[in-house]
Amino acid sequence: MCNWARWLLAFGLMVQMPSAFAVDYPAELWQLGREATSEEVAAWDIDVRPDFAGLPPGSGSVEEGEILWLDKCSVCHGDFGDSNEVFSPIVLGNVTDEDISSGRVAALTDPAVVRTTLMKVATLSTLWDYINRAMPWNAPKSLQVDEVYALVAYLLQLGYIVDYDFVLSDANIAEIQDLMPNRNGMTTEHGLWSVGGAPDVVGSACTENCEVDVTVTSYLPDYAMNAHGNLKDQVRDYGPFPGIQTAPVEDIAAPQHKNDNAAPEAALAANGCSGCHGLDRALVGPAFTAIKERYQGQDAAAYLADKIRNGGSGVWGSMAMPPMSQLDGETLEELVSWLLENN
Amino acid sequence: MSSDDLPDQGKIRPAPESFLDSDLIESISRHGVDHRRRGLLQSAFGAAVAAMSGAVVASDQDILTLPEWSRTLGKPVAANPYGQPSIYEQNIIRRQSPGLTQTDQASVAFTPLQNMFGMITPSGLHFERHHQGWVDIDPRRHRLMINGLVEKPIVFTMEELMRMPSVSRLHFLECGANTALEWGNSAVPTVQYTHGMLSGSEWTGVPLSLLLERAGYDKGAKYLLAEGADGSSMTRTINMENALDDAIVAYGQNGEMLRPEQGYPLRLVVPGVQGVSWVKWLRRLEVGDMPYATKDEASHYVDLMPDGQQRQYTAIQEAKSVITAPSGGQKLQNRGYYNITGLAWSGRGTVTKVEVSVDGGRNWREARLDGPVLPKMLTRFHADWVWQGETALLQSRVHDSTGYIQPQRADLVAVRGTRSIYHNNAIQTWRVKSDGEVDNVQLG
Repeated sequence: MCNWARWLLAFGLMVQMPSAFAVDYPAELWQLGREATSEEVAAWDIDVRPDFAGLPPGSGSVEEGEILWLDKCSVCHGDFGDSNEVFSPIVLGNVTDEDISSGRVAALTDPAVVRTTLMKVATLSTLWDYINRAMPWNAPKSLQVDEVYALVAYLLQLGYIVDYDFVLSDANIAEIQDLMPNRNGMTTEHGLWSVGGAPDVVGSACTENCEVDVTVTSYLPDYAMNAHGNLKDQVRDYGPFPGIQTAPVEDIAAPQHKNDNAAPEAALAANGCSGCHGLDRALVGPAFTAIKERYQGQDAAAYLADKIRNGGSGVWGSMAMPPMSQLDGETLEELVSWLLENN
Repeated sequence: MSSDDLPDQGKIRPAPESFLDSDLIESISRHGVDHRRRGLLQSAFGAAVAAMSGAVVASDQDILTLPEWSRTLGKPVAANPYGQPSIYEQNIIRRQSPGLTQTDQASVAFTPLQNMFGMITPSGLHFERHHQGWVDIDPRRHRLMINGLVEKPIVFTMEELMRMPSVSRLHFLECGANTALEWGNSAVPTVQYTHGMLSGSEWTGVPLSLLLERAGYDKGAKYLLAEGADGSSMTRTINMENALDDAIVAYGQNGEMLRPEQGYPLRLVVPGVQGVSWVKWLRRLEVGDMPYATKDEASHYVDLMPDGQQRQYTAIQEAKSVITAPSGGQKLQNRGYYNITGLAWSGRGTVTKVEVSVDGGRNWREARLDGPVLPKMLTRFHADWVWQGETALLQSRVHDSTGYIQPQRADLVAVRGTRSIYHNNAIQTWRVKSDGEVDNVQLG
């Protein structure tokens, strides 16, 4: 073995290993960061696993869940979890007794059937964990433990998995897992989990006179070409490939130079208003047009500014509007005047 | 316009809208073409054809007349303390696909790939995909916790993380649902909407392996839960194999701090794995001995197969490529030379070859790979093409370092059906019509 190879063997680890800690770091590095307190871990470690590790003790009834649902959830998901107005339906009553018995939702093979949460999800822990960490939509992590149990119980009843007098608790949740309609509907037999996984479909290496069907079977019809706006305006207009004019010529306005601060609409989106209020339809909160209708002509500017700045509830239903304390005075004024006059 | 009207390359030709003044366009669109307007049209085209014919080469007024920018004092430094693109580039922005989602918080804004060059995505054009809106987190109040199967649960401040040894690496980021709209049929017009949940960036941060070592992780643990600090507190199960190999807890993107829409001040980077696993606003990592079946791996991001089974924990983005120009919604203005260009990438390794076809996949020739070809990063490719006005079907096909070759759509659909939503890495076809217009089509 020649000398340079010996040298490499002796020092190779330091110069060749890509892994960061293979390098001999000064011991002081390992003093960065500190041990978390048990209180801190408890505050953040909220996940609930499929084996229900992490599930806090508690209980909630279908009946309690229904009341909570109508109060906090139905505005987006519909009274029966069946709405597709804001989100995909959670339940549509299309899970059958046979599915509950087999643990495979048969309708998943039917392209005509809308896929609901209860059709897809195999693990009951998923529902508990997600509602607890992320719901309601505009006030995540505001639910009490027993409220989460109650809401999960209500959803299970909507899917006819449990009866109306059912009470879900940490003691019986594992039994209900055994009734989840699609509990056997997941597979991990695929190559997409690991970087070394085997692919299921590999393309051809053919390069000449390959046998392929070049019949055009799908394309966008002319009327759909403008559905994403005028394509001419979405491509650099002086390069080799300018965009196709897809809008009717008479509709072309002067070039729109986007300015995020100019239009109240932009402020509405940027501040999260449009997440809960539609222009002319109610989502979580009332439609902007409905607010205008109610308050126009009244001296309501200061009132509305206060409601936006500090939040409130009870005017349009029980769903609370969170305070928008981040708004500066100018933006707030602009939004209020737009709400009352121009929307 | 028929193909006969398309000029050959190399002649001076004003942009088509310059043939006619706006008054005449308006007049014709309102009243149609009558005798008088036909006369005006003919004289306008006549002048244009004369200019193109080469018989009389008119001098270029943009050369003869000095423009104002050559005759005035320019703007001072720091007029835009954070620089902005030219005002002539204001259409090159992220865009939503109308009707795709019902809320703007659980939604997508796509990267305008048709307008971009090279392998780096400008941070301001990086696609957005949020599940419950984006937040702008005060970095002084942000913490990263590592708990679970570790010797001691550890908490880091941003200051501590940014003191630690750092790496900067170039990696692509692709949403698992990129190209989801194309499983069934051609649904959207441009590459922005077909493939625009894709980016390439330089990511800077601490190797995840180092942080796990610091916490004293259980060497037998196979899983890691990553959790965000935003309202959704998005969670995903990470394969420990990826976590130890090349994952980064990143605070930097393209030389600056992450953009808020990309998880400021901290996000997980899991090279080669779908974007949903690159948890933004990262606050917690939990070492575990079983996968977690979180909402985005139990209700969403599961791939439905024709037999009704859902593939769970699909993570790797298999090799994929797409021609970004010319692409759907664009128009070739004349015949002659064109540089076909696009992007190729593989979540399992490195791009080894890209081939381009102009006849729908019957014949293929090798493209030039441009720039450094890096593992789990976008690779820019180019191919020469002389277009003579014929209808063409443009495709690209990538090979990667594992020997994998990107499949045709029909082959992928034959196995996976059309309802799996995620992981559509099929070959994309753009049709160039004889008038030069390009559209999004599917074959056979």
